[in-house]
Parts: sequence; C-alpha cells; structure tokens
Amino acid sequence: MGKKKVSRRKFLIRGTLGTVGVLAVGAYLFRHPIRRSILSFANSADLSYIGETDDPILWFEITKDNLVLLHSPKVEMGQGTFTGLAQIAADELDVNMEQIRVVHAQTASGNIDGFSTGGSTSISSLWQPLRELAATMREMIKIEAAKKMGVDVGSLSTSQGSVSSGGNSMTYAEIADGVTEWEVPDTPQLKELKSYQFIGKPVPRVDLKEKVFGAPIFGMDAGMPDMLYGTVVRPSSIGARLGEVDASAAENMPGVVKVIREEDFVGVVAQSYPEAEKAKEAIKVNWITEKNWQTEDIEAMIQVGQGEPQTIQKEGKAKRILESSDQLISAEYSSPLGAHAQLEPNGALAYVDGDKVTVHISTQVIGLTRKEVADRLDLDPEQVNIIPTYLGGGFGRRLHTPHAVQAALMSKAVGKPVKYYFSRKEEFQHDMFRPPTHHLLKAVLGDDGLIQALEHNFSSGDVGFGSPLLPGIAEPILGADVGAIRGGFNQYGAIPNHRAVCWRVRLPFATSWWRSLGLLANTFAVESFIDELALKAGKDPVEFRLAQIQDDERGHRLKEVIKAAAEKAGWTDQVVNGKAMGFAASTDANTPCAQVAEVSIEGNEIKVHKVTCAIDPGMAVNPDQIRAQCEGSIIMGLSASMFERMQVENGELRPVIYGPYAMALMKHAPKEIEVVILENADKPGAVGEPPLGPIGAAIANAVFRLTGERLRSMPLALDQA
Amino acid sequence: MKISFKLNKSPQTVEVADGNTPLLWIIRDVLDLKGTKFGCGKAACGACTIHVNGEAVRSCSYAVKFAEGKEITTIEGLGSEANPHPVQQAWIEEVVPQCGYCQPGFMMAAAAMLEKIPQPTDEDIDNNIINICRCATYYRMRKAIYKAAELQKEAARKIP
Ligand code: FES
Ligand code: FES
Repeated sequence: MGKKKVSRRKFLIRGTLGTVGVLAVGAYLFRHPIRRSILSFANSADLSYIGETDDPILWFEITKDNLVLLHSPKVEMGQGTFTGLAQIAADELDVNMEQIRVVHAQTASGNIDGFSTGGSTSISSLWQPLRELAATMREMIKIEAAKKMGVDVGSLSTSQGSVSSGGNSMTYAEIADGVTEWEVPDTPQLKELKSYQFIGKPVPRVDLKEKVFGAPIFGMDAGMPDMLYGTVVRPSSIGARLGEVDASAAENMPGVVKVIREEDFVGVVAQSYPEAEKAKEAIKVNWITEKNWQTEDIEAMIQVGQGEPQTIQKEGKAKRILESSDQLISAEYSSPLGAHAQLEPNGALAYVDGDKVTVHISTQVIGLTRKEVADRLDLDPEQVNIIPTYLGGGFGRRLHTPHAVQAALMSKAVGKPVKYYFSRKEEFQHDMFRPPTHHLLKAVLGDDGLIQALEHNFSSGDVGFGSPLLPGIAEPILGADVGAIRGGFNQYGAIPNHRAVCWRVRLPFATSWWRSLGLLANTFAVESFIDELALKAGKDPVEFRLAQIQDDERGHRLKEVIKAAAEKAGWTDQVVNGKAMGFAASTDANTPCAQVAEVSIEGNEIKVHKVTCAIDPGMAVNPDQIRAQCEGSIIMGLSASMFERMQVENGELRPVIYGPYAMALMKHAPKEIEVVILENADKPGAVGEPPLGPIGAAIANAVFRLTGERLRSMPLALDQA
Repeated sequence: MKISFKLNKSPQTVEVADGNTPLLWIIRDVLDLKGTKFGCGKAACGACTIHVNGEAVRSCSYAVKFAEGKEITTIEGLGSEANPHPVQQAWIEEVVPQCGYCQPGFMMAAAAMLEKIPQPTDEDIDNNIINICRCATYYRMRKAIYKAAELQKEAARKIP
C-alpha cells in the first residue's frame, strides 16, 4: 500500500465558537482499491483509513482551556478506539491524556470515514495518518510560538500542551489565540517508538467517567427541543410485504400526532414513546407473505453441495488425494442462526428543518447513513449532518441504518424532531443475523501421522454480499463473500495439499456482519476437526499443530501464540480432578490467537472454569484494552457457542426476547481469564474480533476429553451427538 | 393523575395520563435523566435497573403509579465524580465498561446486592447479578464487585 504524507495544501484554519482560534485541519487521503485478491483482503483485512474528499477536514481543535479536541472519524462502540486514538495523538502532540478529548466527527466537519468502523481496523488504519497529522500540528504550533515569542523555532520544545524556550513558556491555547494564517511544514519525522509515553501503556479508557456516572452519551439518549416520538410498524413474518393498512383507530388515540404512510412503511408519531407504541399496536396491517418458513427449510438450504461454490484456497492436489484414499477421515459441523442482541436498540433522532437535516444516531457507517438519508430526501449529502453518538454495542449490527431514513421521513411529515427506536421484539425479528453454516471436512493422514491432505467445504448465508457496504458490482470481482470466508482458510501452511471451498446460499431473510464474521463458525469446525485428526494420529494436539506450521513470518507468529498459550495454561491432554483442557487456534486479519479452555461437566452442563488466551496483534497500543477485548470476545464467543440460537417457526424468527434467546450470564463466565500479549509485528493490528475464533472449538475439544463425545453443532449441548 | 416521589433525594411530582406507564419512561423522557437505560422493556435484561426504597427494580416493568411516596435512586444519584459510590469507584479502578450501555443497570444491581450481602461469594454474585452485558464484561465486573465490597468495608471502618 502506498503511503501518502499529509499534504501541505490540505491544511487550513478554522475557528469554531468556544475555541480560541483554532487549529488544525487537514485532509489525509488514501484511496484503497477494493480489487485486491480475495485472499489477501480477507486474511489481512488491513483497510487503510479512507478519506472521502479532497477538501480540508477537521481533525483537531484547541479550546480556550487548552484542551485538544480530536474529531474521530471512527466511532466508539466499546472497543476502546477513542482511548487508543487519544494515546496516539497525545504522544505526537506532546499533550497529557487529560489534555485531549476525543469526540465523534460530525459529517459537517468533513472528517468522514468512507467505509465503516468495523473489521478490527480502527487503530491499525489510523496509526500512521494520525501520528503524522498530530506531529504536523505540533510543528505548526511551534512555528507560531516562535513568532509570538520572538525566538527561533529550533530553540523550542513542547511538552504537556505548552511550548517553551529558555525560561519562557506558552500554552497551545495562548499560541493559537488570534492566529488566522498558519504555516504548514512538511510532515515532520515521527518520534521513535520507544520515546512514546502513552502508546504501549495500559492507560485507562478515556470514556470511563461518562460511562460510570450515567452521562447521556448514546443515540438513545439524544434529545432536541420539541421532540416527538416515532415508531414504525414491522411485520412478524419473514419476507412480509405491506398490504392494506387500517390506521383509523390509531389516529384518534391519546398523544398521537400523525400516522405516516410511505410507500415502504407505516409509522406513527406521538407525544411519548409509550403512546407511539400503543398506537402502533392499534394499526391493522394486512401483511402479504409468500411462504411459511420453518427452521427445517433453512437447515435444508444450508448444506455443502447446494448454492454457488467458490474455491478460496488451493494448494497441491487435495481433491485427488482425498477422492482416491481408502483412509479418508471426514466429519460434518454446523452453526446456527445467531442474533446481534446488542443492548442499545437501533434508532435515530432526526430533524428535517427546511432543506437541512440533522440526525443523531449510533451508526458504524456514518458516510452511508448520510448518503441514504440524502438520497431518499432528494438532498445533497452536505445538507445532511450526521452526528454520531457512542454506540451501545455495535458488533456489525449498525452497519445498516435504514431507520435513519425512516426517522427523517417522519420528522419531515410533522415538521419537528422525531426520535424512534426498535422494540426488543423488532430487534430480534429484524436483525441482520449471523448466518447459519454447515461444514464438511475431509482429511488423509500421511505415514508420519501428519495431515497429507485437508479440505474444508462450507456453506453459509451471506455476510458481506448483499450488504450496502459492498456494492453488488464487487461480488464478481471478489468471487466469494469476504465475510463468510473469514477463518475458513487453512492456517497450517506445511500441510502439502489443502483446499477450501465456500458455498453461497441466499436465505429468505437478511444475514450480515456479526462480530468476527465467518471466523466463529469456521474456526469451530476446522479446529475441532484438527483435534479429531490429532487424536486419530495419536499425537498431542498442541504438538500436532506446531508440526504443520510453515516456516515464514506468519507461521512464526502463529507458532509463538500456540506455544505461549500452552505454556501459560500448563497444557496437558490428561483429565485432572474432573477437568480437561481443550486447545484451538486461529489467524484472523493477520492476528494469530490461541486459547486453552479448562472445562468440567457438572450434571448435564458444560462448565468453563478458565480460559488462557495468547494473542499477537502486533504492536500493542493499549495492553489493558487488548486484554479487555480478549476477555469480552472469549465470553461473547462462549455465549454464541454454548447458548445462542434463533429459530424459524411458522414463518417467524424466534425467540423475540432475552432469556428465551439464551446468552451467557455472569454465572457462565469463566472465573479466570489469562491473556498473554505477544508483539511480533511492528505495527498495531486487529484486536476486536480475532479472539472470538478459538473459543468454541477449545470448549468442544475439552468436552471430548471428558466424555468421549464429539460435539459438532453449536450451540454445544451434551446430549446431541 | 399526580404522582409524588423522591428522585435521587429531591421531591418530584409528575402528572401522568396513564398510571400504568412504566417508570422508566418517566425518568428518561419526563424527568430527563438518561442514565437509566432501555434494553428490552420486558424485565429481561436489567439495563433499566434502579433502586426503589433500596431494592433493585427493573423500571421498564414498574408502573409509575407504584412510585407514589417512594424513594427512587438512579445511577445519577448513586454517586458523583466528586463522591463516587464504592461500586462506581471499583468500576473505574477495574476499567469495566466497554460500550457502557448495560453498565448503569449492573452498577445499580451490584450496589443493591452489596447492601444486603456486604461480602458476597462467587455464588452470591452469580445468583444476584443476572443482567445482560453483550460486550460480556462479566469477568471485570466480578472483580469490581469484590473490590467494591472491600472499599465499602474500608469506608465503614473509617466512620466511627
Ligand atoms: S429494559 Fe428493563 S429489563 Fe430490559
Ligand atoms: S458494556 Fe456493552 S453491553 Fe455491557
């Protein structure tokens, strides 16, 4: 990837109300062609920051009280990105962590991420540009300081938000005050890694206080004067289209302001949320459905051999060897339909005021949200200001925001701000689900007891395909669904013959991006099968894995995490005091991760006591937040592997509420989680998703050691085999 | 109908058309305290947990009419930056929140539990803390609950 430095002409000055003049605005532009080979795209996922425009955009402001505001094009959804970005900027700016505030960039500021916040790319994509921008801004301040202090720039030093020369010093705010013309130097040399004070340190999250004292920071908390509450009528049935509507009863209900009829939806606006919800219940809609779908129909569709196959990886003659062998080992695995179940419901607060639109929203796709609102209202994107808020969980669910359009249309219809959000039932029935999968694995062992040939065929509903993020035109270029194939590749490069094939299935409801995409299901299948093969070969599962990793950089990093996890956990393949260990490893977005689960069986329940995780995300910007992401991913992955499952009953997606949609609770979380962070790469890499990979297989592999029963479908249940 | 109660120690009177309106909406949309969250509206997630006369209550499923004469506490009244509740202090020290959306409900549930069980065991925590956190911050929450119990004990010792 080419590196473009911050270009001089793209800095300009802008004063904002409440700031003392100023600072710095810069555009940092990288265009990233999507036409990369599927393999490298899917496996590395190192999307760079994609600027949208050549116009100057706002990155930093300095306030009167000498705070630097960093306008982040990436959103904070719990993954700790704001903290990492603050650390990165603070180090090059020479300010303290207390002197920097990260805020979401509104689209009106111009700092719009052209793609999304997702794919574990926020820190890695901004690592270089943000340091360059911050260093440039620091030099700009020094140039002005030199003028104001009447000294040579070379004599100045910066620290803690001040510039000093000899005994004199001025704060950044004092320097910025009144400056209207800034000189922009060439991008300065960045500091040495080892001289950073905050990068690499476990600094506390910058959003802790807001989140601990209950500040109104989420989309759901947004408010505007004169705001009304909207709601949209949604069908319970899969694929239902809007037919006859009778809203006469609703129109006269208390608090109702207006019933809104659009070509594709019916909404109600009322004085309060409970009144809007009640009125919605009173609207009679004749939904037109074509088929009464059942879980069995979906399961029959998700089968290797059906749908459209695409070979995503091929080395040697796996197919021929497997077909001609009389020693074939094979097994089938499956994973269910899963929900995002993020705690904050989707919604938006929109105000259409003449030809200007403001939308407060929890979104992972700021640019796309703006475009969709502008298109539907027939406006230019610049007439729509998206004000992103903190997200009450993202996990991929907020890569899709048609509700922003609906809120805007309702606001336009009543001439007032309208806030609207999903009920929990609507969240469950209208999720963009994690698709179900089916996996067929085949292998032949060689005389040395190692894998001679391996094949992974897997069938999945869409993840990236069909998403507004990947235009349909990208599908033939990419060939296979870049989301579904995550984790579907063979990571043991020393296996001489191997092949992976993804079968695309089009389901009757939307499936899409769910944290880690295909990684969770694919790793469950592949790493359980590797365990089966190790046992067939009579080898220790850890040794078996290590013996089949190639000697290159990628292989080295994978080996190191496998060794580190085994060592830290005190790996043994024996059952000790009723507890057994299970091992699994994955490589996702260039981040290898290995986990050991310590499990016992209590009654008919699988109990996970401890998980040891070794991960190599490259340079660790914030080790504590990397730990936090591992802990959360492990428990979320445990939840998806052991409990979660959506069903299709008589045309409806069910269940529609937490509880019946079983998830891990406090009592299911391992009491011990150990995380070992290796840093065998010199740049920060992916963190938020890779540790979701191994956990399912690690648990299932431990269960096999305890019971002799191989659990091949998620959610894992003891009596299923 | 008029309903009067104390909210975070200050007297409030609200006029509601329907006494069955969940207290959650009165707190959030009428009294404009947004720290109490809506997650499900069916008493299934705990995001809306508040204290009513010291007891943890899921406010999405608690009719406002029952609030008459009660002492209500929300996350905003649990403690402040200047004077954090031990649970909030522990939450900060253990860096618990990720997205943060579920956290007020968990802190309210934990504070109510510690009132009754000042030195909880793992089992007490498992049985009493049954809210949902999708970011799955349970591991740090457990540590923070133990730390809060310690902080609370120390604070009690200091008061003669
Ligand atoms: S919102 Fe009250 S329990 Fe979920
Ligand atoms: S911190 Fe995100 S749901 Fe708990």
